[in-house]
Amino acid sequence: MDASTLITTSAADLAGAIATGEVSSVEVTRAHLDRIAAVDGAVHAFLSVDEEGALAQAAAVDARIAAGERPGPLAGVPLALKDVLAQKGVPTTAGSKILEGWRPPYNATVTQRLLDAGVVILGKTNMDEFAMGSSTENSAYGPTHNPWDFTRVPGGSGGGSAAALAAFEAPLAIGTDTGGSIRQPAAFTGTVGVKPTYGGTSRFGQIALASSLDQPGPCGRTVLDTALLHEVIAGHDPKDQTSLDAPVPPVVAAARAGDVRGLRVGVVTELGGEGYAPEVEANFRATVDLLAELGAEVVEVSCPTFEYALAAYYLILPSEASSNLARFDAMRYGLRVGDDGTRSTEQVMALSREAGFGAEVKRRIIIGTYALSAGYRDAYYGSAQKVRTLVQQDFTAAFARADVLVSPTTPTAAFRLGERLDDPMAMYLNDLCTIPTNLAGNAAGSFPTGLTGDGLPIGFHVMAPHRADDRLYRVGAALERALTDRWGGPLLNRVPDPATTTEVTR
Amino acid sequence: MSEPILSYADALEAYEPVIGLEVHVELNTASKMFCGCSTEFGAAPNTHTCPVCLGLPGSMPAINAKAVESAIRMGLALNCSIAEWCRMARKNYFYPDMPKDYQTSQYDEPIAHDGHLDVELSDGEVFRVEIERAHMEEDAGKLTHLGGETGRLHGADYSLLDYNRAGVPLIEIVTRPITGAGARAPEVARRYVETIRDLMRALGVSDVRMNEGSLRCDANVSLRPWGREKLGTRTETKNINSFRSIEGAVTYEIQRQAAVLQDGGTVEQCTRNWLEHLGETSFGRSKEEAEDYRYFPEPDLVPIAPSREWVEELRATLPEHPTRRRNRLQAAWGFSDLEMRDVVNADALDLVEQTVTAGATAQAARKWWTTELARRANEAGVALDEVGISPAQVAAVQALVDAGTINDKLARQVYDGVLAGEGEPAEVVADRGLAVVSDDGALGAAVDAAIAANPDVADRIRGGRVQAAGALIGAVMKEMRGQADAARVREIILERLG
Repeated sequence: MDASTLITTSAADLAGAIATGEVSSVEVTRAHLDRIAAVDGAVHAFLSVDEEGALAQAAAVDARIAAGERPGPLAGVPLALKDVLAQKGVPTTAGSKILEGWRPPYNATVTQRLLDAGVVILGKTNMDEFAMGSSTENSAYGPTHNPWDFTRVPGGSGGGSAAALAAFEAPLAIGTDTGGSIRQPAAFTGTVGVKPTYGGTSRFGQIALASSLDQPGPCGRTVLDTALLHEVIAGHDPKDQTSLDAPVPPVVAAARAGDVRGLRVGVVTELGGEGYAPEVEANFRATVDLLAELGAEVVEVSCPTFEYALAAYYLILPSEASSNLARFDAMRYGLRVGDDGTRSTEQVMALSREAGFGAEVKRRIIIGTYALSAGYRDAYYGSAQKVRTLVQQDFTAAFARADVLVSPTTPTAAFRLGERLDDPMAMYLNDLCTIPTNLAGNAAGSFPTGLTGDGLPIGFHVMAPHRADDRLYRVGAALERALTDRWGGPLLNRVPDPATTTEVTR
Repeated sequence: MSEPILSYADALEAYEPVIGLEVHVELNTASKMFCGCSTEFGAAPNTHTCPVCLGLPGSMPAINAKAVESAIRMGLALNCSIAEWCRMARKNYFYPDMPKDYQTSQYDEPIAHDGHLDVELSDGEVFRVEIERAHMEEDAGKLTHLGGETGRLHGADYSLLDYNRAGVPLIEIVTRPITGAGARAPEVARRYVETIRDLMRALGVSDVRMNEGSLRCDANVSLRPWGREKLGTRTETKNINSFRSIEGAVTYEIQRQAAVLQDGGTVEQCTRNWLEHLGETSFGRSKEEAEDYRYFPEPDLVPIAPSREWVEELRATLPEHPTRRRNRLQAAWGFSDLEMRDVVNADALDLVEQTVTAGATAQAARKWWTTELARRANEAGVALDEVGISPAQVAAVQALVDAGTINDKLARQVYDGVLAGEGEPAEVVADRGLAVVSDDGALGAAVDAAIAANPDVADRIRGGRVQAAGALIGAVMKEMRGQADAARVREIILERLG
C-alpha cells in the first residue's frame, strides 16, 4: 500500500494488513504522522503530536507480531486522543491555559486500554476548553477548522477528534460526550461518533466536566471501525464506580450484520420542525424512509419533556462543573500567575484563574456556583434534577414503543467560525437533540447521511436504551451500506483535501 | 484579651447549659477512603499519595468497602439505624490541604442515624446521649506553618503540605442537643467522648488517639434560662484535642456566655478556638462569615445500599459494650473504683486483662501497667501498648517475683533488659545475674559487715528497738546492689542481735 492508500484505508483493514505483515505499524504510523505534518497547519486538529511515543508503540506492536503473537483487532492502528484524557508523560490540557504543560503521572483507563490493545496514539486533539462548547472555538489554543470548509467549525467540543478523522490524519479517534460532544462534531464532519451508555466506558482519567453526564466514546470513519474501537475501550473498571459491571454489548457483531429488518424505529416528534434547517429536515425524513425500505418499522413517539432538557442540562452541567473545576487553583500544577512574593494565596489563585480560564468556563462556573448556593439549590439544581427524572421517564415510555429513537443530530449543518461566539444561547441550541440522552444516560450515535447544497455533512441521530449500544451499530451499518451503494463510495471520499486547499487558512 | 466570665456556680444558677458534640473518628483501615494508598501514621511526608488522593485532574474516587463496614459497625454500636440507601455528597469549600477543593462527605443521607450512647458518670449514674447521625467522609491533608512564632498560619513565612492524611476515612458522629445534664454538662461531654473512644477501641475500627488526631471533637454550647423551652444561640469550639480540654472548653463557654447574657448582651453565633495554654476559648469565625458548602450528591460514586443480611451479620459480631465490660472486669478483679479509673485512664484495660490471662493476679497486673510501665511510656512519649513490653512478659516478671527469684526493684532492671533486647525476663535475670540472694552464708557475711560498720544502730537493736533494723537492711541491700532477700536479711539481723 502506498502512503495515500494507508491514510484512507479503514482501521479494520489496516489492522488486518498489519496482522498479516502486509504492512508494518511503523509504516502506517509514519504515513499518518506525515499527513499530520502536511495538513494540520490548516486543520489544527491536534494540540500535540507524540511522534516518538507513537513510533515506539508501533515498533513494539510490529515486534509482537513478528514474534508470532496474535494482536488485538486494532493493534498497530493509529488513533487521535481527545486532550481531555490523561496520558502518562504526555501534555494533557483539556484545551485550557490553566493546564498548559501539565503531564499526567498516570494513564486514563481508556488510554491504558488503547495502549494495551496495541493502538498507536498519535497525539492529543483540540477541544473546547474543559469540553465546554459546540464549536471548538473555545479552545485556549485556537479553533479547529472543518476540513469540509475551513471557514466553518468542526463542531464541539470534540472538534479536533472529528476533524482529524475527516482530514485523514487518523483512522480512529476518541471523544467524550457530555451533551453531544462526540455526536455533534461527527455530524458536522461526516464521520461516525458514538456516546456509549453511561457507565459503558470508564471515566477514570477523563478530566471531568460534569461527572453525571460525561462519557468517553469511539469516533471513526466507518461504523465497523467505530464498533471495533468501542469494544477496545468499553467494559467494567473498578476505578470508576459508576462503570457498569456487565458484558459489553455485541457492538462489532451488530456492525457487521447491519440488519434493521423488524427493528422498531421511533421518530421523536419534539426533535424537528421550527428551528431546524430545511435541508437537515429533508435529509432526516429521507433517511427514515430509507430505514423503512430496509425493513424497519417506523413509529412516531412523543417525548414532551425533551423541550425542558436543555434548561435542565444547563443547570446540572455548570453545577457539577463548578465543583469539578475547583481544583484548578494554581497551587499544585498548571499555570500560576502573580506569585511574586507580594501577593496572598487568594490573590495568586484569582489572578491564575483569571488568566487560565476562558470566558465560557468562567460563565459556567458562576452559573453553577449560583445554582448550588444555599437558598437557590432547590429552585435550580433541585428542579433540574426533577426534569432529569422526567426525561428519563419519557425515554422509558418511548423505548417501550420503539427499539431505537431517531432525530437529526443537529438542527443545522456546520456553522461559520465566529458566527455564534457572542451568542451563547444560539450555541447551546445546537445540542438540543443530543442532550436528552446525556440526562438519561442511554446510548446514542451520529451517522453521516448526506450533504447540504453547500456540501456540508448532515448527521442522523440514533438513540438506544441503556446497554443496548449494539442497536446503534445495527442502524448505522445498515444506513452506511445502503448509502455507500447509492453514493458510489464513502461520503468522506468527497471531502476536499486539506493538503491542496491550504490557501484557505485561518 | 480575656473576656469576662461568671463563676461556674453563678452561671449554673441562672442558666441551663445545652451542649452538642461532633466527634471525628479516623478509621484504621489499611487503605484510604477512596484509593489504595496506605493510611499508616507517621510516614515521610507525601509518600502515601496517588492521583486519586491528590485529586489530580481526571482522577476518580472508588469507595473502600472496609470503611463502609467500619461505619456500619460503629453505627450499630451507637444503637443507630443503618440507612438502607444513602449517598456520598460533595461539600464544596476551599482549604489548601484539600486537594480537590471539595470534601467527599455525606449530607442529608448519612449511613447511620437516630441512635444513643449511655455514658457512665463519676458518681455511677448513667446519662443517655441521643445521637442524630454518624456519617462518612474523608480527611484532609496536614498543613505545617513555618517561620512564625506560634506555629499558626498567622505570621508564618511559608507552609508545608503533607497529603499522607488526605483521603483517610473519617466518621463524624453528631449528637442531638444534650439537655438535662445541668452542672454536669462538661463532665457529660468529656465522658461521652471517652466512651466513644472506648467503644471504637472495642470495635477495633480506630486507633482513637487524640494526640495523633485520630479522634477530634467540636463542642457546641448554648445557654437558656432555666425552664425555658427554646434553645439559646450556640457557639462551636473546634478541634479540641484532649479529654481534659473538652471539659475545660465546655466549662469556659458556659461561664463566658453566662457573663454575656447576665450583662444583657446576646451570644453571637460563631466558631471558637480552644486555647489550651490559657484554658480559654477565642473567637473564630462568625455566622456571617460561615461558608456556603453547596452540597450536592457526589456524581462520581454510586449510592451505598448495605443489604439487611450484611447489617445483621455485623450486628451479630459486635463486641461487648465497653461500659458493661468494664463493670464486669472490675467485679471480677475486685478493683476499687479508684483503681479501675486508674487502669482506664492509663489505657491499660486490655493490657491488664491480657496480663491476667497470662497468669498474673489482677492487682499485680494493675500495679505494673499503671505505675512502672505507664511511666516508661510517658517518658518515651508512646502509647502504653507501644511501650515494648508485652502482657505475657509482665506476667512472667510477676511470676519471678512471686517465686522469690527477684523483687520489685530488680523487676525494673528486668524490664530494662527486655527493652534493651536482651531476651525474655527469665533470660535477663540469668544473664544479668539479677536473682535475689537468699543464701545464708553470703547474707550472713553482709549482715556482719553492716553491724560492724554501724555499731550504734546495732546497739539500739540490741536495746530492743527492733524497727532500727531497717537501716541495717538498707545497708545490706546497698552492698548487694538490691539483690538480697530482704526478709531473710531481717531474720539474720535479729538472730545476731536479738
